[in-house]
Amino acid sequence: MLSQVPISWFLMLSAALFATGVAGFLFRRNIITVFMSIELMLNAVNLSFIAFSYQHKQVDGHLFAFFVMVVAATEAAVGLAIILTVFKNRQTLNIDDVDSMKN
Amino acid sequence: MQLWLIPLLPLAGFAINGLFGRRFSKSLVNLVAIGSVLLSFAWVLKTLYGLGDLSSAHVEHYFTWIQSGNLSIGCDFAVDRLTAVMLLVVTGIGSLIHIYSIGYMAHEGGYYRFFAYLNLFMFFMLTLVLGANFLVLFVGWEGVGLCSYLLIGFYFDKQFATNAGNKAFIVNRIGDFGFSLAMFLIFINFHSLDFATVFHAAPGASEATLTTIGLLLMVGACGKSAQLPLYVWLPDAMAGPTPVSALIHAATMVTAGVYMTARSWVIYTHAPDAMHVIAIIGVATAVFAATIGLAQTDIKKVFAYSTVSQLGYMFIGIGSGAFSAGIYHLVTHAFFKALLFLGAGSVIHALSGEQDMSKMGGLRKKIPWTFVTMMCAAVAIAGVPPFAGFYSKDAILVAAHAQAPWIYWVGVITAGMTAFYVFRAMFLTFFGEYRGHEHPHESSPVMLIPLGLLALLSLGGGYFFRVPEFLAEFFHAGPEAPEDFTLVAISVAAGVIGIALAWVMYLVKPGMADSFAGSVSGLYKLVYNKFFVDEIYDAAVVNPIVGGSRSVLWKVVDAAGIDGIVNGVGSWARGVGGVLRHIQSGNIRSYATWVVFGSVMLIVAMGLAGGLIR
Repeated sequence: MLSQVPISWFLMLSAALFATGVAGFLFRRNIITVFMSIELMLNAVNLSFIAFSYQHKQVDGHLFAFFVMVVAATEAAVGLAIILTVFKNRQTLNIDDVDSMKN
Repeated sequence: MQLWLIPLLPLAGFAINGLFGRRFSKSLVNLVAIGSVLLSFAWVLKTLYGLGDLSSAHVEHYFTWIQSGNLSIGCDFAVDRLTAVMLLVVTGIGSLIHIYSIGYMAHEGGYYRFFAYLNLFMFFMLTLVLGANFLVLFVGWEGVGLCSYLLIGFYFDKQFATNAGNKAFIVNRIGDFGFSLAMFLIFINFHSLDFATVFHAAPGASEATLTTIGLLLMVGACGKSAQLPLYVWLPDAMAGPTPVSALIHAATMVTAGVYMTARSWVIYTHAPDAMHVIAIIGVATAVFAATIGLAQTDIKKVFAYSTVSQLGYMFIGIGSGAFSAGIYHLVTHAFFKALLFLGAGSVIHALSGEQDMSKMGGLRKKIPWTFVTMMCAAVAIAGVPPFAGFYSKDAILVAAHAQAPWIYWVGVITAGMTAFYVFRAMFLTFFGEYRGHEHPHESSPVMLIPLGLLALLSLGGGYFFRVPEFLAEFFHAGPEAPEDFTLVAISVAAGVIGIALAWVMYLVKPGMADSFAGSVSGLYKLVYNKFFVDEIYDAAVVNPIVGGSRSVLWKVVDAAGIDGIVNGVGSWARGVGGVLRHIQSGNIRSYATWVVFGSVMLIVAMGLAGGLIR
């Protein structure tokens, strides 16, 4: 079934997802949303990994996808903890208000 | 035979006194310092007794010190007849001077420091004479230079003492430079620095090579043994305590150059030109320094110039091929000059630090033992037979006459001047009326006993220690030149005339010296001011270097060049940072924009490089 779908479609979907993620990361102000955009980019990369892996009949891409998932999971844990702490200290989730490292 | 014990004992004394001496009582410091040197002396005696007649060298190899390519240098000690003589002089005279120092330094600060340095000096000096290759000798050579520097500047709170120490160290660098070059040349030509190997191969080398090596070694010897033109540091070195002047700057260290040239005798016998230069430098130094000695008023300065002059004599001996006569004079000079310095120290001690002879006089009744012992040294140095100086000086002069008669005649004149200035010092110090205000007191027995022993050595040392006969085989000397009675009589007569002249000028008619000085006041001022050599060196060498360093190297090269580069890099980094700082907005989304921008640029670059985008 999959063999009928050309690889370029997967790559286009992956690129579209990645672009959405980048756009969300750049233009949204809510930290949670930014965070979700990052997850979206990671999954877009995962999709292209899997697609290539299938194309070349090699298992390396799958392995990488698992790695990315593990990293994403740990990142979620650490990131959410940071977000909680930021909110506790500043009562805000607006990313533009968190700029004390300026200059 | 455990030769290593000989230098290691004083080193142990240095380590103990240097590390813990501050907390020790004076008697404990004495025990460690003098005990270590006396043990070393005893070990020398035992070793020499055990080694028998030493017709061949006894070498001990301890470990390979440097191994690099075909350069292999061992930490080796060797004893042959020349070393045996030096060992006995260094440890014997050294022991006596250590004992004397107990009394002399009793009221001085830094007591333990003084003895620690003195022990360290003994270690390096013994390393110097025991070393079986040029590099081990050089280690001792530099080490004694260090100790000389430390002890000249012993009174480091006095500006002139530290200056004198610096001067000694810096002037010696010039000589050491020559010595280093000589070692490089020796290694290039003979592929070894071991005495045995080098001197075995030396006769096969070309005369030009050997002459160059010999002259470079001579430059090193001129620095250490205070010969023209590098003698200027030795008179200033009298800023150190008097036992130091006696041990280092009269009896042992300054003779290291003579020892080193005598050690390299094989090179010199195959390089007659180099020997000739040594003889000329020696005779020039002898007469030049003796002239300056005629007009000095500081008692230690008189003996300092006398030392320079007598070292010149030793160089005449070496340069005339009479190596054993040079070493003979080294030994007898160690006896009487150490005694003269220690006696001068006793006088200075009696007068609570007065060194100016114009404030002395009439001391023979107040400090009789010092007077008697110093008189022994004076007759010895004046060459009065049959005392020590007579034998060695005449051995040198007879050898010089065989080589070049004019050197003999200048040597005879110098002998007359030597007798004159030494007896002038004696008469000014011990005869006439006392001209000072202190209350002289005789020194303690701990100072007088070394004086007495040295007096015995000065009187009988020449007769009983027949160094030339002992060393004849070592230097492969041919049959000794027949003793020419006329030559000997002339030089003895010169000494007696010198004594008589001093007696007339300073005792019979005390005003005569001053009126004579007044009648040739221009010449007298020239001599009194040491021919202005220090001033000439200052103007010709020191000031241009200091001035050039200050105005060019400091203000231009260092301040503008090196500092400019360093500060320029710093301010450039700060300026660039000031601009780039504004990128650091603290806004996460702006960072993300930069990341995206960077990634896009990267992809475009990769695309261009890979030919995807045209």
